[in-house]
Amino acid sequence: MPPSPAAADDALVTLSRVNKWHGALHVLRDISLAVMAHERLVICGPSGSGKSTLLRCINGLESHQSGDIRVDGARHDGRPATLAAIRSQVGMVFQNFNLFPHLTVLENCALAPVWSRRLSRADADATALDYLARVHMAGHAHKFPHQLSGGEQQRVAIARALCLKPKVMLFDEPTSALDPEMIHEVLDILIELAESGMTMICVTHEMGFARRVSNRIVFMDHGEIIEQGSPAEVFDQPKSPRLGAFLGRIMHGDR
Amino acid sequence: MAIEDVPLPTATTRRFRQRVWLTWAVLALLLAAGAHELHLDFPYIAQKLPFLLGLKLSPDGFIQGAALTIFVTVCSMFCALLVAVVTATGRLSRNPLAFAIATFYASLFRGTPLLVQVLIIYLALPQIGVVLGALSSGLIALSLNYGAYLAETIRSGVMAVPAGQREAAMALALPRWVITWKVIAPQALRLIIPPAGALFVSMLKDSSLVSIMGLWELNFLAQSYARTSYHYMEMLIAAALIYWSLSIVFELVQLRLERHFGKGVAVAGAR
Repeated sequence: MPPSPAAADDALVTLSRVNKWHGALHVLRDISLAVMAHERLVICGPSGSGKSTLLRCINGLESHQSGDIRVDGARHDGRPATLAAIRSQVGMVFQNFNLFPHLTVLENCALAPVWSRRLSRADADATALDYLARVHMAGHAHKFPHQLSGGEQQRVAIARALCLKPKVMLFDEPTSALDPEMIHEVLDILIELAESGMTMICVTHEMGFARRVSNRIVFMDHGEIIEQGSPAEVFDQPKSPRLGAFLGRIMHGDR
Repeated sequence: MAIEDVPLPTATTRRFRQRVWLTWAVLALLLAAGAHELHLDFPYIAQKLPFLLGLKLSPDGFIQGAALTIFVTVCSMFCALLVAVVTATGRLSRNPLAFAIATFYASLFRGTPLLVQVLIIYLALPQIGVVLGALSSGLIALSLNYGAYLAETIRSGVMAVPAGQREAAMALALPRWVITWKVIAPQALRLIIPPAGALFVSMLKDSSLVSIMGLWELNFLAQSYARTSYHYMEMLIAAALIYWSLSIVFELVQLRLERHFGKGVAVAGAR
């Protein structure tokens, strides 16, 4: 097997030659990628390019048919115990927040500390309040999700994922479902998180944000990684015509 | 779906409620006036009411009347619930054997009349040596029949919880039973309770079918008193009113459960 481009034994997340099909559709083609600790990776590309699928394969929400995915040394092997071990290292934030509507903000956040990390209820609540304070939502701890704005819900969702104490955070278009005036409050949290040294893999169309926080941009199209590099390389000197065309489209304001 | 979300009634909702109560009162009054025109023998009803309600035991010392109706319904409710949860799990399972057994059972018991099922269990099974008492036959038939319907209700409630909820729970590395009971079930219950409540009310009334096996429940007593005294109107109206009152109690319980599981519900509406 040829070495993956960024192969490194000390990588936190490694994908080597990952392939996935949905029926006849080849959604991930020979994806190889290594993400080091404290890296802030942004994945961009047109819709249907496989970005979200890639994220969802990392924490096993979707399975892949060939190739290897490793998180913190553990390889996805289909065993429930491995899956649980991997998921407890990976936090995920979704486009539609997916907060549990029947639980308060605090209960949403305390669920993983109690049932995944086996903390006592008091410790779990303390952890939850701590992370809620970091996303400036501690004052809303006893509200239900429907009483919050979209931006506030997404901040709670970030706190909920952080309560798992993950080594890597996955963000699947975290601002795409938000009204424009709420995007910044969420991006500010992501920037703070990046500055704290969290390893992040973020699928987003927010190119200003990508340029500011990421140290590597990966461009995908039709299930393939077409190009990757620093924000300056990718945004200012795109090599492939597909990336050029994509950047042209999103820079002209139609997201 | 009727959802009472805001605890503080606004002027509009208060006016709405007042008018609803007023209309109910007028309709009830009309009904009572109509009954009065029938010149019913009220002393006879008063004499038989304690028996109809089951305040007195039957001659052989067993509960009777409305008490027996409630007993049959509540027992069948619990058994049906158990059967339905197991069946719904099979229906949602990816195991072909479990899926097949669950769908076969549901199809069989939804596709045949309850009365036929009662008779098969009570009258036909003894032919092959299985002799069940009237009460257990009734309980089994009601449980199996309603279990099949309830299983479909539970299945559709579980499937109506957005996929993102399960995914978010899985991403939090929660154990499977926590995902099922703390994340999915409370949200599914909100959707399951209204149709399940309707099923239980309907079961309360279908429990009168066990009267054909000679169980002295409400309908059986009303009919036998009516036959001996030729007071059909009195006894059947009395029985109907008792059934109705019991149904209203069931509906009130359902309403309370709906409120309880409706917490945080506006999110679903806003989505």
